[in-house]
Amino acid sequence: MKKILAMLLTVIMILSLAGCGGKDGNDEGSEEYKNIKVGLICLHNEQSTYDLNFINAMKDACKQLGIPESRMIIVTGIDESNACYEAAKDLVDRGCNIIFADSFGHEDFMIQAAKEFPKVQFCHATGTKAHTEKIANYHNAFASIYEGRYAAGVAAGLKLNDMISSGKITADKAVIGYVGAYTYAEVISGLTSFYLGAKSVCPSVTMKVQYTGSWYDETAEKEAAEKLINAGCVLISQHADSMGAPTACEKAGVPNVSYNGSTVNACPNTFIVSSRINWAPYYIYAINCVKDGTAIAADWTGGFAEGSVELSAINDKAAAAGTKEKVDAVVADLKAGKIKVFSTSTFTVDGKALTSYMADVDSDEAYTPDTEVIKDGYFHESEYRSAPAFDIRIDGIEFLNAAY
Amino acid sequence: MTETKNHKPIREPLFHLAKRDNLPRHKALLIRLAAILVGMLIVCLFGLLIVGWDPFRIISTIFDGTFGTPNRRWDLFEKTAILLCISLAVTPAFRMRFWNIGAEGQTLIACLASVTCMLKIGDKVPNPVLLLIMVTASIIAGAVWAIIPAVFKAFWNTNETLFTLMMNYIATQITAYYVYIWSVPKGSGHIGIINANTKAGWLVSIGDYPYLLNILIVIVMTIVSYIYLNHCKHGYEISVVGESEKTARYIGINVKVVILRTMAISGAICGLAGFLIVAGADHTIIAGSVGGQGFTAIMVSWLAKFNPIAMAFFAFLIAFLGKGAKEITTLTGLDSSFADIVTGFVIFCIIGCEFFINFTIKFRKKEALPGAEAAKAEPVSENTEEQKDAVPETEEKNEEAIPDNDGKEGSEQ
Repeated sequence: MKKILAMLLTVIMILSLAGCGGKDGNDEGSEEYKNIKVGLICLHNEQSTYDLNFINAMKDACKQLGIPESRMIIVTGIDESNACYEAAKDLVDRGCNIIFADSFGHEDFMIQAAKEFPKVQFCHATGTKAHTEKIANYHNAFASIYEGRYAAGVAAGLKLNDMISSGKITADKAVIGYVGAYTYAEVISGLTSFYLGAKSVCPSVTMKVQYTGSWYDETAEKEAAEKLINAGCVLISQHADSMGAPTACEKAGVPNVSYNGSTVNACPNTFIVSSRINWAPYYIYAINCVKDGTAIAADWTGGFAEGSVELSAINDKAAAAGTKEKVDAVVADLKAGKIKVFSTSTFTVDGKALTSYMADVDSDEAYTPDTEVIKDGYFHESEYRSAPAFDIRIDGIEFLNAAY
Repeated sequence: MTETKNHKPIREPLFHLAKRDNLPRHKALLIRLAAILVGMLIVCLFGLLIVGWDPFRIISTIFDGTFGTPNRRWDLFEKTAILLCISLAVTPAFRMRFWNIGAEGQTLIACLASVTCMLKIGDKVPNPVLLLIMVTASIIAGAVWAIIPAVFKAFWNTNETLFTLMMNYIATQITAYYVYIWSVPKGSGHIGIINANTKAGWLVSIGDYPYLLNILIVIVMTIVSYIYLNHCKHGYEISVVGESEKTARYIGINVKVVILRTMAISGAICGLAGFLIVAGADHTIIAGSVGGQGFTAIMVSWLAKFNPIAMAFFAFLIAFLGKGAKEITTLTGLDSSFADIVTGFVIFCIIGCEFFINFTIKFRKKEALPGAEAAKAEPVSENTEEQKDAVPETEEKNEEAIPDNDGKEGSEQ
C-alpha cells in the first residue's frame, strides 16, 4: 500500500513540476488594436482546403494588424446547426467584438446571434441575407471569384488550344469536365465564368458538369472526375473542397485547374493553375471598421484589385507555353474593367442572346425573381448582393446530373 | 482464505487471476471511479505531451469550457439531455437483446417529420397545436422507423443489427433529399432556420432559459424509463425475452408482441429526441442533425448497464469531456479530433476496468507478511454477504462495444 501511495505521490510531483513550466508567449500585440478581439467559426478543421483558406487568412490578417494569437479565437468543427449559434454566443462571452463565420449554412445562426448581441459585429462569408435582414451588426462578404475563374479558364483554354495544335485532339473534342457541389448560383456562376474564360481563347470548347451534392466528399468528387474523364473530357476543373478531383486527374494524366489553392504538390504533372479567394483583405477591412467605430458594409465584394481574388503560380510542366503572359494580361484587363466576364455578347441561352434576366437576389422560399441584373450589355454579378446570383444555364454547358 | 493457506506457496507464479463472483456494489463503484481518474491521468499525460500544458491547466480548462459561463452550462446540459434521451431510447431494445443500432436514423427521420410540419403547416395552425402535431408526427416517424426492422425480426428472424444500421442510411439519404428540395436559396442544400420571425414550431422557453424545457422533459423521461423497465410487467417481459425467448414462450409471453412493442417504444423515444432537437434547439435540419449521437447513445447505454439513472451520469460525462476538451483545442489551435481522443481515453479506461470488477489479481504471497496478505485478499471473501449486482448477467459482455448478436441469440434457438 505504501508503495502505491509513494508512486502516486511521485507521479503527482512530476506532473506538478512540469506544471511550473513556462507561461505562454507575449500577450502584447499592437497598441492600436488592443481592444480588438476576433472570433472565427469554421465548419471543418484545417484538413479541409476550404476552411484552411479562411484560417490562414485570419492568421495573416491578425499578424498584419498586430493582433496577438491570444485575441484571435478560431473554433473549428462547428456544424451548420444550433452549434453555430452556441459557438457565436460563446465567442461573445469571451469578449470578441467581431465574429466571422465561414460556411454558407452558418448564416441563419449568425443572424440569430447578431440580433441578440447588437454591440458585436457578425460577419458572414458567402451569405445572402444581410441586404434583406437589415441588421446593423450583421454583414455578408464575398469576392468576385468569377473573375478569378475566368482568368483560370483562359489558362485552360490555352491548354486546349495547345492540345488541338499538337494534334492530340480535334477542335470539336475540346471538352472540359467540371465537378460541382450543388446547383446553387455560387457554383453555376463559377463554372460559367470558367467556361467563358476558356471560350475566349478556344471558341470550340464545350463543357460537361457533374454534381456531387456535397461540398466535401472526396470519394464522390473523385468518381465524378473519373466519370467525366471517361465521357471524353480532356481537362477537369472543380468547385468542391476535397482533393478528390485533382488526384483523379493526376492518376489519369488529365490536366486540372484547381480551386482554393495550389495542388501542385499532390499533382505535379497535371496541375495548371488555381484561383482562390483571399479573405485577409476583408478581415482587415472589417476589423479596422470596428477599431475606428465605422459601419461595416452590409455586402462587401473584393476583387483582383483588393487582393481578394488570387491566382496561384502557374505550373509550367502542365500549362501551355505563354500561359503566364496571357493570363497576366487578362487579369490586368479585369482589374481595369475592360473585360466584363458575363458580357451578353459572349454567350447565348437556347440559341438567343440574353437581354433581360430577373435574378433571385433576395432569397426567399419561393425563389421569386426580384432584380433585373442585365444592364449595359452584361450580367451585373455580385453587385446587388455580395454572393453570386448568376444561375443561368448557357449554351455549350451540359449538365450531366441536375439532381443536386 | 483458508484454502490458500493450505497451499504450498513455493511454485506459485508472481500473480494470477481469479474470477470474482460478485463484488459489492460500492467497491465496483470505487473501481469505476478509479478508472475515470486513471483515464483523466492519461488525458493529462497526453495533454502534457501534445499541448505542453500542466495537468492543472488541462483540468481547469476542461471545467472552464463546460462550466465557465452560463451559456456553456446550458449548452452542456442540453447536450447531455439529448444524448440521454437517445440512450434511454435504445435501452429497452437492448434489455431485450435486440441490437437496435438504428437510433441515429430513427431520430433523424423524426427530425424530418418535425421540420416537415414546421414548413408545411407552420403558418396555418396556432403554435401549441403545431407543437402537438410535431411531437406526434415525430414519435410516429421514429416508431415506424424502428418497427420496420422489428417486424422482420419478429416474423422472419432477420438480423436486426444490419437492418437497423441500413435504416440509418436510408433516413440520411431521405433527409439529404428533402434538405435539397426545400433549400433556400435554390439549390444551396441548406434550409436555414425555419420560421425565424414567427417562431412557429419553436419550443417555448421557460423564463430566459431556452433549453430548460428540453432538459425537464428528458428528466421526466429518465424517471419514467426507470420505472417502466424495473417496476412494470412490460419491463419484466423485456428482460425475460432478453434472457431466453424459449423461457418467455414457455411462461406464456407473446414474444412477437414484446419485440414489436419494445421497438416501437425505442423508436418513439428516439422520435421525442428528434422533436427536441428540432423544436428545442436547431429549428432546422441538416443530414447531420443527430451528429452520431445515435451511436454514442449505444455506448452510454452499455456503460450504464442499461440503468437509466446511471445513463444520466455517463451521458453527462461524455458531453462534459467532449465539450471540455474542445475548449483545449480552441485555445491551442489543435485539431478538433483531440476532443474525441480525450473522450476515448476515459471511456476506454471505464470499459477496461470491468476486467478488475470481474477478476481479481492475486499476487504471490510473501511468507514474512501473512497479516498484510490476509488484509489484501479480504475483498474476495468478504463479499458473500453483499447483495448481488443489479444486472450480473450482462457483466461478461461489457467489453464488447457493439455486441455480436448471432452468437448469443442464435445459440438459444
